[in-house]
Amino acid sequence: MPLDVITGNQAAGCALSLAGEANRTARGAACGIYPITPQTEIVEYVARFPFTKGRVVPVESEHSAMAVSMGASMSGARAFTASSSNGIAYMAENIMVAGYYRLPIVMVAVNRTLGPPWNIWADQGDTLMLRDFPWLQFYCETNQEILDTTLLAFRLAEDKRILLPALTCMDAFIVSHTQTETAQPEQSEVDRFLPDLDLPHRMHYNEARTLGGLAWPHEELSMRLEIDDAMKRVPSVYQECRKSFTEIFGRDPGDMLQTYEVDNADLILIASGTIATTAREVVRRRRASGEKVGLVKIKMFRPFPEAALREACQSASRVAVLDRNYAAGTGGIFWQDTRAAFHSYRDDVLIQNYLTGLCGGDVTPDVVDDILTNLASRAEASDPVWIGVETGRRTLQ
Amino acid sequence: MTATATVHQSEECLLRPGNTNCGGCGMSVGLTMLGRALAEAGDTCTLVIPACCGIVTAGAFPTTSYAVPTIATTFASSAAVASGVASIRDLNDEPGQVICWAGDGGTYDIGLATLSAAAERNENIIYICYDNEIYGNTGGQRSSATPVGARTSTTPSGKTENKKDIMSIMAAHRIPYAATLSVAHPEDFAHKISTALATHGMRFLLLHSPCPTGWKSEPGDSVDLVRLAVASGLFPLYEVHDGARYRINVESDGADPAEYFHRQRRFAPEEIDLRMTRRACADRVQRLRALAERHPIDG
Ligand SMILES: Cc1ncc(C[n+]2csc(CCOP(=O)(O)OP(=O)(O)O)c2C)c(N)n1
Ligand code: SF4
Ligand SMILES: [Mg+2]
Repeated sequence: MPLDVITGNQAAGCALSLAGEANRTARGAACGIYPITPQTEIVEYVARFPFTKGRVVPVESEHSAMAVSMGASMSGARAFTASSSNGIAYMAENIMVAGYYRLPIVMVAVNRTLGPPWNIWADQGDTLMLRDFPWLQFYCETNQEILDTTLLAFRLAEDKRILLPALTCMDAFIVSHTQTETAQPEQSEVDRFLPDLDLPHRMHYNEARTLGGLAWPHEELSMRLEIDDAMKRVPSVYQECRKSFTEIFGRDPGDMLQTYEVDNADLILIASGTIATTAREVVRRRRASGEKVGLVKIKMFRPFPEAALREACQSASRVAVLDRNYAAGTGGIFWQDTRAAFHSYRDDVLIQNYLTGLCGGDVTPDVVDDILTNLASRAEASDPVWIGVETGRRTLQ
Repeated sequence: MTATATVHQSEECLLRPGNTNCGGCGMSVGLTMLGRALAEAGDTCTLVIPACCGIVTAGAFPTTSYAVPTIATTFASSAAVASGVASIRDLNDEPGQVICWAGDGGTYDIGLATLSAAAERNENIIYICYDNEIYGNTGGQRSSATPVGARTSTTPSGKTENKKDIMSIMAAHRIPYAATLSVAHPEDFAHKISTALATHGMRFLLLHSPCPTGWKSEPGDSVDLVRLAVASGLFPLYEVHDGARYRINVESDGADPAEYFHRQRRFAPEEIDLRMTRRACADRVQRLRALAERHPIDG
């Protein structure tokens, strides 16, 4: 397959457009779009795409962008959108509704700092604030991974065993605006990978159904339970989709959780997004000098791959969770879920949180190296360590 | 999540009996008239309803009072969800109208930007605002459609601001069709629905919808009250084509609006300036007559 030099945003726009076009043999595609830095290039790409049976609706807000996509999805079309930061916050009400309506909408998010103050650089706080919504969430590291995972997200979201919307995320600028060699699939391959969407609960113009009226607690409770069941099926359905993807496109879109040098590793770094790229290089160097260190990259955050994480960290006595996000008054969000994953399974692992790259700060190999050194020296965990802060009190210095 | 009953729409009315609307609710009459007009035209519809009394009307899962496909949306989103539904209908060459059925809160207030954008894009939808001049669903708070002087739970001593002129706002979007409706004038109502059904693009209909609960009026007075509103010039019945050509459908006979106010306990007599109200009614009618004369629909 020829490689093109494109940005992460173009990779995402390509995946959304090809997926939408693939449904031309069924009910078509539609989406609402609204620009926000650093996501704008994605919606511009989609707006230019010559859909055979599709409509791109340039709306007046993110709230309406998701609303248009919901209307299309309820009508059985393939629907998607993209956003970032304030746009996601503004859209939040309808993001929630899309989840509880079980609409398999795919949204690409470019992770950007929430403010004020005004800041357009990378931070995962925008999508992680949606962590309790019924959405699947994937954090990607490269242009190829955002393209592949976005395509895979449609297949997974639309699977009748799942029927949940999915978010695929990339770090602002580091991925969204960086051009790298990326394989862009042919339409015919995407057509083979994504079957015609057949949404079982779609609206029919001649069927008197009411979607979303009042429900009593016991009725809604059973719907929540169905969401939980669907979430629990995700890991196995993911593997099916991944296998099919590999067969059709000739490359592996990657596991939900990816390990590097974790065999007999005593110290393990847990990271997501582009921090994983840097951490992998640091681990490679340390391994070369004989140290027992490893890396776990969490690609799928919702549902959280608890069992796989515990298994990957089997040999570790200490793990460092690197979070490019911060839940006010607590700490990193991946750290919270990591602690929960180990709770009542193992109490002999030291789990230390490092808040790094927050608000768009650089996470260099030196930073990750210092984290490993700090982790190795620890007899016990402390409060989350803030990196890149001058106060000194809770930093590595 | 969904209640299913496959029906042939023309076989039963749009709003089924046994719903929970208050007695004398203008929405009930409006929905019934809408259903009849659709049946008459041999047309069908999907309703898109934001948070408002109109979605409570549907009732509790797994039953529904609506005999047509119905989608509940968030408060501000009906016109955008309808845009998505109508897009896919058109891409698939399917019949039927996509009709937003929204309250004044979802139209004049929280959903105004969404509605304005759908109008600017000239979406192929019908948007009906049943205007009861209050937030009924949440127990009777003011909206920007609440008339000056009306007491609501958030304007306990009477609203001090004037009602927003949503018709002028919508006409300014130059949409193909905009019209006002009254349940006191069923023939005019039917004429306007059939005009809307025969028109392509964005159609906006404003229904003056009596709400005995919010207006603190007698349920049996509902139709009389909105008839008085038309007769006195408080709520003129007119239509606007392309935001440019006007027609008054029912002429005001210069009836005194006083009775309209006296028969609703939301208005405290001492807080209503009848002289000002009469002048506002006369101005409103005069302005419309001038527009209809200068820019007639069939001129
Ligand atoms: C975002 C949001 N804010 C507030 C509400 C609460 N709410 C539901 S209906 C309503 C008022 C509806 O008023 P209107 O549109 O006039 O319809 P009515 O109830 O009078 O029929 C409000 C404030 C909501 N559902 N969503
Ligand atoms: S509160 Fe008013 S609008 Fe709502 S159902 Fe009752 S009468 Fe109708
Ligand atoms: Mg109202």
